[in-house]
Amino acid sequence: METKHLTCIGCPMGCQLTVKMKNKEVIEVTGNTCKKGDIYARKEVTNPTRIVTTSVPVNGGDLPMVSCKTKEDIPKDKIYDVIKSLENVCIDAPVSIGDIIISNVCDTGVDIVATKNVCVK
Amino acid sequence: MNYDLVIIGGGPAGLAAAVAARDNGIQSILIIERDKELGGILNQCIHNGFGLHTFKEELTGPEYASRFIDQVKEKNIEYKLNTMVMDISEDKIVTAMNKTDGMFMINAQAIILAMGCRERSRGALNIPGFRPAGVFSAGTAQRLVNIEGYMPGKRVVILGSGDIGLIMARRMTLEGAKVLAVAELMPYSGGLKRNIVQCLDDFNIPLYLSHTVIDIEGKERVEGITIAEVGPDRKPIPGTEIHYDCDTLLLSCGLLPENELSKAAGVAINPITSGPIVNDGLETNIDGIFACGNVLHVHDLVDFVSQEAANAGKNAARYIQGQTSNETKEIQVKAEDGVRYTVPCTIRPEVMDDNLCVRFRVGQVFKNSAIAVYFDNELISKRSKQVMAPGEMEQVILLKKKIEEYPNLSEITIKIEEA
Repeated sequence: METKHLTCIGCPMGCQLTVKMKNKEVIEVTGNTCKKGDIYARKEVTNPTRIVTTSVPVNGGDLPMVSCKTKEDIPKDKIYDVIKSLENVCIDAPVSIGDIIISNVCDTGVDIVATKNVCVK
Repeated sequence: MNYDLVIIGGGPAGLAAAVAARDNGIQSILIIERDKELGGILNQCIHNGFGLHTFKEELTGPEYASRFIDQVKEKNIEYKLNTMVMDISEDKIVTAMNKTDGMFMINAQAIILAMGCRERSRGALNIPGFRPAGVFSAGTAQRLVNIEGYMPGKRVVILGSGDIGLIMARRMTLEGAKVLAVAELMPYSGGLKRNIVQCLDDFNIPLYLSHTVIDIEGKERVEGITIAEVGPDRKPIPGTEIHYDCDTLLLSCGLLPENELSKAAGVAINPITSGPIVNDGLETNIDGIFACGNVLHVHDLVDFVSQEAANAGKNAARYIQGQTSNETKEIQVKAEDGVRYTVPCTIRPEVMDDNLCVRFRVGQVFKNSAIAVYFDNELISKRSKQVMAPGEMEQVILLKKKIEEYPNLSEITIKIEEA
């Protein structure tokens, strides 16, 4: 039996959740005061995911950087790999919101897309 | 130069106010923005989490801004960039300047103040120690990293656990810096739980509550920071010092509405919010000058800024079209027992919206308490809340129908009571 402790992010209460697990399966969630806590805890201990946002340099744009994000959430343990894959990336202006900067980043099946319009200087 | 409506500031508040004013029939609108692009602070808030209320999806700051910028452009609303407003007079003459037009004056029928807020600076915090390079407000660091493409430092301590500080703890970490600690003076964080978990816990960054910076070392550049625990009197406790070798200190210690222009125009300011005192139409004490967004009171969610600004835009349109009268009765809205302030401060029952949203903040953390609304001395409603914190804005909805049942009502009081 394994026990994990989490803080619920569902509301300002920030309930301290305790999750009991056996063979990677959730046996019990305690400490939550509503259903949100239960749902959050089960997802967070079995398949935690995050949307990663960052920015990359632009060549010949009216702004030096363009912001970008993973179009959907990716596994939490791949955050650093995703950031690393953007290390030497520099894209040419113009850029439009939604343009793909890297497709299928780190084999996650998720694209990195621009979140800002940058015009040619 | 003449415009029906001049909007000072092209951030989320100014943009939403302009769109609403146009939708309510105002043709002659000018937005004045001092930066080189529209969108305000959203341009540097590249993280996600914006727009859940407005667009029912989770957007990044620049994406949220672009939704409104696109509307402004589609509706052919005029705007001037790189333009600084120098003065607003009581008779609504706006003096502004930029590199192409020089200094110029605009006669406005109505003005919407949407200048936003500034971060509390080191000078306002009275942190002892040397004054080396390497001390930044969290928002300045955010702009440098996300827009300009520069890293402010490599080893970082953050003072203040407001959301910008938390977001920057994660951002600096992802860009290769080592964030050593976040110190928070209060016994609770001013930031959202979600940001504590996803910006600090995810990266094993410690948060020290009831701690503050007591020394900044380094002559040319920050070389070290000492933090210490504070007692209930918020004074450092000797013997609790922790020292960090670092090159950067970020400050995330609260936001202050930027009201120099408002004050010059004679707009009355609420000392609690540092923003204008407004009625239900978000109009200040000066006829035809309205306020919305963070210049009025600091918000947590941009969605609420957009809602509030749309309301200001609609009311400015009604004013320009001559649909409002100042001869109406006003009811005071009072904040008591744990409620620090309310926006608006007065309500005009004859002209108010059918459902009026009154927003406020509490002064401390309350658990298992209730928000009570009194019409004079009569309890009208009581809503229980499991938890309320200063970092989360609260609201009550006042119904015009209900207020009309009390023709002699003189004041409405909002307070926190036991559930």
